Amino acid sequence: MDCRAVMRLATASTGRGSRGSLAAAFLAVAALTALTWGGVSCSPAPRQGPGGEERPNRAVILATTTSVHDSGLLDVLIPQFERASGYRVKTIAVGTGQALALAARGEVDAVLVHAPAAEEAAVAAGIVVDRRPVMHNDFVIVGPPSDPAGIRGLKSAPEALARVFAARGRGARFVSRGDDSGTHQKERELWALAGLGGDPPSPGSAAPGADEGAGSASWYQETGQGMGQTLIISWEKQAYTLADRATYLTLKPRLDLGVMVEGDPRLANPYHIMRVNPVRFDRVNAAGSRALVEWLTSAPAQEAIGRFGLEQHGQPLFEPEEGAEGP
Amino acid sequence: MWAITWLTLRVSATGTLLSLLLGVPLGTFLGLSSFPGRRLALSLVNVGMGLPPVVAGLWVSLFLWRSGPLGRLELMYTPAAMAIAQAVIAAPIVTGLCAAAVQAVNPRLRLQILSLGASPTQMLWLLLREARLGLLAAVMAGFGAAVSEVGASMMVGGNVLGQTRVLTTATLMEVSRGHFDVAIALSVILMALAFGITAALTAVQQRGERRGPA
Repeated sequence: MDCRAVMRLATASTGRGSRGSLAAAFLAVAALTALTWGGVSCSPAPRQGPGGEERPNRAVILATTTSVHDSGLLDVLIPQFERASGYRVKTIAVGTGQALALAARGEVDAVLVHAPAAEEAAVAAGIVVDRRPVMHNDFVIVGPPSDPAGIRGLKSAPEALARVFAARGRGARFVSRGDDSGTHQKERELWALAGLGGDPPSPGSAAPGADEGAGSASWYQETGQGMGQTLIISWEKQAYTLADRATYLTLKPRLDLGVMVEGDPRLANPYHIMRVNPVRFDRVNAAGSRALVEWLTSAPAQEAIGRFGLEQHGQPLFEPEEGAEGP
Repeated sequence: MWAITWLTLRVSATGTLLSLLLGVPLGTFLGLSSFPGRRLALSLVNVGMGLPPVVAGLWVSLFLWRSGPLGRLELMYTPAAMAIAQAVIAAPIVTGLCAAAVQAVNPRLRLQILSLGASPTQMLWLLLREARLGLLAAVMAGFGAAVSEVGASMMVGGNVLGQTRVLTTATLMEVSRGHFDVAIALSVILMALAFGITAALTAVQQRGERRGPA
């Protein structure tokens, strides 16, 4: 829209009181709308139009996990990809479960998630193709400095969870994502390995010395939110939780939660990217998602991943994949 | 941050405009007419005034997803989708307040205007002028609902940096990243924006009032 036309609209809306304030207000909203949408000729810096209008280079929709998103890694990687490829990327931060569910409906073009079992099931079902490792880090069990369950320094994650369960009557609490995310799936796997019957065990299940102490009913709480929010809630409640190291390090300066258990091989946390099957969903941006997968596994992207977080946290938040360049 | 504020203004102004285009005629009609089922319609509108944004977000998503009836338009995760969702949230508010404002005008005025030989269009215009205080309140409430909304914006917008990240979704994200200071700054900007727009509309509303009915 022409800038002057907008100005005329705006003037008309404010200048003539005799036309009635109602028309003035309506024109004002209309002028504001026109100004903001057609702002190309008026706003100080030329801006791109609303998304999704470039037909030949359609936007690529990437569904990823809150753990990747909250770390800020994609804010570094995606602009580099956009410059290198010309594609625009829409990053949707959801849990792994929701990301794969969106993929199963063909709503997104690629997914970057961390739940190997669920990913393999999606590949087997023909929902996604071309699954490739991008990076990895590890999960840590974090908790309050007082450590009511006495798990600090344990080498076995399932044993640590069993002790949290056993100490539930003594003020030990556990906060769970509860959102079918990759972290939540890992947590349930660890509860199952803890051998208490159930993931997580119900307070009444046969644990060594289990007694129904007062207040033990709320020892296990589900937030249903992302990793960052869940860590904040754990801190507020002085509870234990399972977190990926990247999000933990990102929030560590704000939170009084320490790493209790780390280094158990069962706490490995690999991230894979995969393309949503274009054969199955005809509206998928096949070329764009292929370009994104190729770029994220390329040397420049892998280097950027290895550098990310070094300055701020003294250690990289994610380890790039070795030999990720070859399939 | 400037870009996010600008986008917030753009999306919410569009959403409000859409809700006005829909809500003002509908509200006027519901306020003035009498037909069987009018009370039911008004009740539905009034329930809609409390429409939870996540419900609006879910239903707009169902329509805009690639698998939905409007999937071909590829509107999901665009500012347009957010404006639509905000319009869905604001439209019942505008409609309900508009109907109430028009109804509050003394019914005898209608007869008087008609008896003075006004055409139906003239009468409608005069009535709307008479109800302008309430109508402007409807505009402000609609904008307030649109700009403060976060659930639906997150669902249909996706909080994409530089494309659909508005002040509310950015605030939520910065909190989950532990950047409480940035989140606080964003919330102050959001409130300043809402205050600025509302103050401008209030000025228009009250200026008309001082002047008195023309």
